[in-house]
Amino acid sequence: MNEQQAIVEVKNLSVSFGGSKVVKDVSFTVRAGECLALVGESGSGKSVTARSLLGLAGPGSTVTAETLTVAGQDGRSLSQRSWRTLRGKEVGFILQDALTSLDPLRTVGKEIDDSLRLHTRASGATRATRVMELLEAVGLDDPERRAGQRSGELSGGMRQRALIAAAIALDPQLIIADEPTTALDATIAASIMDLLGTLRQAGSGVLLISHDLAAVAKVADTIAVMQAGHIVERGTRDQIFHDPQHPYTRALLAAVPAGKPRFVKLSPTEEASSQVHTRDSEQKVTAAEDAGGEAGAVVRPVLSARKLSKSFAKGKHATFMAIKDVSFELLPGRTLGVVGESGSGKTTTARIVLGLLAPDAGAVELFDEPWSSAREVDRRSRRSQLGAIYQDPLSSFDPRLSVGSLLADAVSFGATRNPRSHAARITELLQMVGLDAEMSGRNPATLSGGQRQRLAIARALAPQPRVLICDEPVSALDVSVQAQVLDLLDELQQRLGLSYVFISHDLSVVRHMSDDVLVMRAGQVVESGATERIFTSPRHDYTRALLAASPLVGTQESGGGL
Amino acid sequence: MSTSTALTPRAPSLLGASVRWLLGKLMGGIFVLWAVATAIFFGIRMIPGDPAEAIMGGPGSQASAEALAAARAHYGLDQPLIVQYGRQLKQLALGDLGTSYSLKSPVVEVLGELVPPTLILASLALLVAWMMALALAVFSTRSGVLASAVASGLEIVSAAVPHFWLASVLIMVFSSMLGWLPPVSTNTAAGLVLPVFTLALPLAGFLGQVMRDTMMEAQRSAFALSARARGESETGILLRHSLRHAALPGISLSGWALGSLLSGAVVVESIFARPGLGRSLLSAVTARDIPLVTGVALLSAAAYVVIMTVSDIVERLADPRIKQS
Repeated sequence: MNEQQAIVEVKNLSVSFGGSKVVKDVSFTVRAGECLALVGESGSGKSVTARSLLGLAGPGSTVTAETLTVAGQDGRSLSQRSWRTLRGKEVGFILQDALTSLDPLRTVGKEIDDSLRLHTRASGATRATRVMELLEAVGLDDPERRAGQRSGELSGGMRQRALIAAAIALDPQLIIADEPTTALDATIAASIMDLLGTLRQAGSGVLLISHDLAAVAKVADTIAVMQAGHIVERGTRDQIFHDPQHPYTRALLAAVPAGKPRFVKLSPTEEASSQVHTRDSEQKVTAAEDAGGEAGAVVRPVLSARKLSKSFAKGKHATFMAIKDVSFELLPGRTLGVVGESGSGKTTTARIVLGLLAPDAGAVELFDEPWSSAREVDRRSRRSQLGAIYQDPLSSFDPRLSVGSLLADAVSFGATRNPRSHAARITELLQMVGLDAEMSGRNPATLSGGQRQRLAIARALAPQPRVLICDEPVSALDVSVQAQVLDLLDELQQRLGLSYVFISHDLSVVRHMSDDVLVMRAGQVVESGATERIFTSPRHDYTRALLAASPLVGTQESGGGL
Repeated sequence: MSTSTALTPRAPSLLGASVRWLLGKLMGGIFVLWAVATAIFFGIRMIPGDPAEAIMGGPGSQASAEALAAARAHYGLDQPLIVQYGRQLKQLALGDLGTSYSLKSPVVEVLGELVPPTLILASLALLVAWMMALALAVFSTRSGVLASAVASGLEIVSAAVPHFWLASVLIMVFSSMLGWLPPVSTNTAAGLVLPVFTLALPLAGFLGQVMRDTMMEAQRSAFALSARARGESETGILLRHSLRHAALPGISLSGWALGSLLSGAVVVESIFARPGLGRSLLSAVTARDIPLVTGVALLSAAAYVVIMTVSDIVERLADPRIKQS
């Protein structure tokens, strides 16, 4: 492989903004037909490193390097004009967020055509033909229709494909993909990764950037792990996965929930291995009895749904069946995982369970009493039994309220927003979720993603609920932060005897968190049962397809060393 | 209309939807005009005083009781209010706005003379405001933080300046001190400059603020970064991406802006002694010239409806995300 020509050669690259250095003495090489993955959590400097290869480190940045060769050009002394000929033609760049990376006002065809228009003298007709070829090459159906659509009309996977089409329009020597599969469903993410793999096989060099080691496992030849601007470890894929040297690499690997049994800590703690929780059966029974009350031997579900159906009007005449005949039971102290791709009806189910949406048919019972059919007036006093946390906590906070006010509002059921009136309880809640009591005065917008989700959990716990509905609670978080939040949810469940409905598109997360699993597709439950049974011997084809698409989910039984 | 209704069942297409949308707008417009006509009819009669006196030339005219009675009979002012109201609606529906009390000529003719100068003034002001706002937006995206702070300050100040004050300052500087431009607006190009700028500057401040924000946002967006990574130049990003994003809030504000220009014209036309709708409205109200006031108000309302519909259409064309519904 080493005989292959190096497309990128970087030696001691440093990037600083103002006085602060965000990339420190980073060196790496990308060769033709090779895929290098830069892995690290947000803020580790991986995106800035990638952008410096295009001369786009950002306004106010200072880039220094001993060597910075990109496609045969010395990046340290390139004029803006020469950078522009390099960009798009020699280096294709695929940005993280496909929704915002395509101009919402322009058609996909025009965006792809831009690459051709800027770098070739081809006529409009020739370019249009090429756009069609590209759309087909990245696996979009009906290219002619797609070319005329805008990003708002496409699904996440389609957008990402369109973006790749724009990046590979001129067969660049190097493709940089910055988190290309984050926020995509497992099967779609897998196919995008396959597409990148195909491009690499065709001879392009690929620089892949991700926060998730599991996500790059399939395509990367070499992995460089970045932390705080440094490359702390590099090696072949096998070296990194099976013989990690640096503690940070080990922490990143440990954070991958795939293959970790329930209640095994994902995030590093001071006491390290002694923190491995395994819930003994005694404790489980206690929690169950607690909730079961006088029912005695028979454990009654805290929440049960019977044949829920809901359809929405779609246009004037058509209706869209969001969910159909969805049934499940949630037992006290247990977690019910709900997995499925976007549009499978997970969130509709959650909204019905929360009593925010009335089902067309079927019923939800909460603690053996009618819930979905109850009147809102009667339901209100019981709402404190149910809590909810969502994917994007920030948008669920009133932006004018401080952390303390948010919690005061929740503790007092909306009676007051003065944090001083419930100071003790607010401190208790903050400590319960691992936040500093001093954070009470901060605005949630100034918190990190993980801290926001902790705050959301604290708010959900304020009215002392028995059941928590978690709708994609960790999908927007880095793997290492995700690990901490999942650990927190585990710990709270054990301490407070909570029952969870845990919704996620990420199979490995669901497997790690759940006792029972519901697999949903197109609004219907295709399979349900005990977690291990579903993951080790799936009965439905769709479950098998989902499992096959998820990187590393099945690692444990295949004997991988994660 | 009959063709369009015949079309809709067979073609549930975009065209059918557009026609239905336009029909809806038309019905809404008619409703607005009726509401304005009604409000004015009853509103103006609540002002104390005898309209017959206004017809005879105002309270100073010392008209005899017989003459006043004759005027009342002639204009139907002796009928019960509801009869007068019905008659006025009927006349309006037929396009007859009546005869101006003070000018003694048909209101339609009077308006025909007054509309063009005001329209020219307002359209020019809107155009100039757009150009200034865009120039400021482009300037501040191109020239860094300090430039954008200066631009922002300029916008706030100019948006806050009242028309009458701005007009006086402009006259003082450019007519009295420098002697470059006439203080009284004639229909020559030089005479238009000061009134147009008086109206355009505050508007440019408003437009500039929203357009600059959107433009800066577009410049920083992921799609602009993607375009840069494709090799697009900064000028290309401005022309192909940011400008269009910046124009969107400008377009939706422009409908409201033209309306506010019409009311601004009342002040500006009076100060610059310029013939037009605004100035005539002022004198018509002072003279209690009911038909003329009604005419001007209805025309303004109609103009508002048309402008809003046009700006809706332009917005739909510029922003494909807005679906026909």
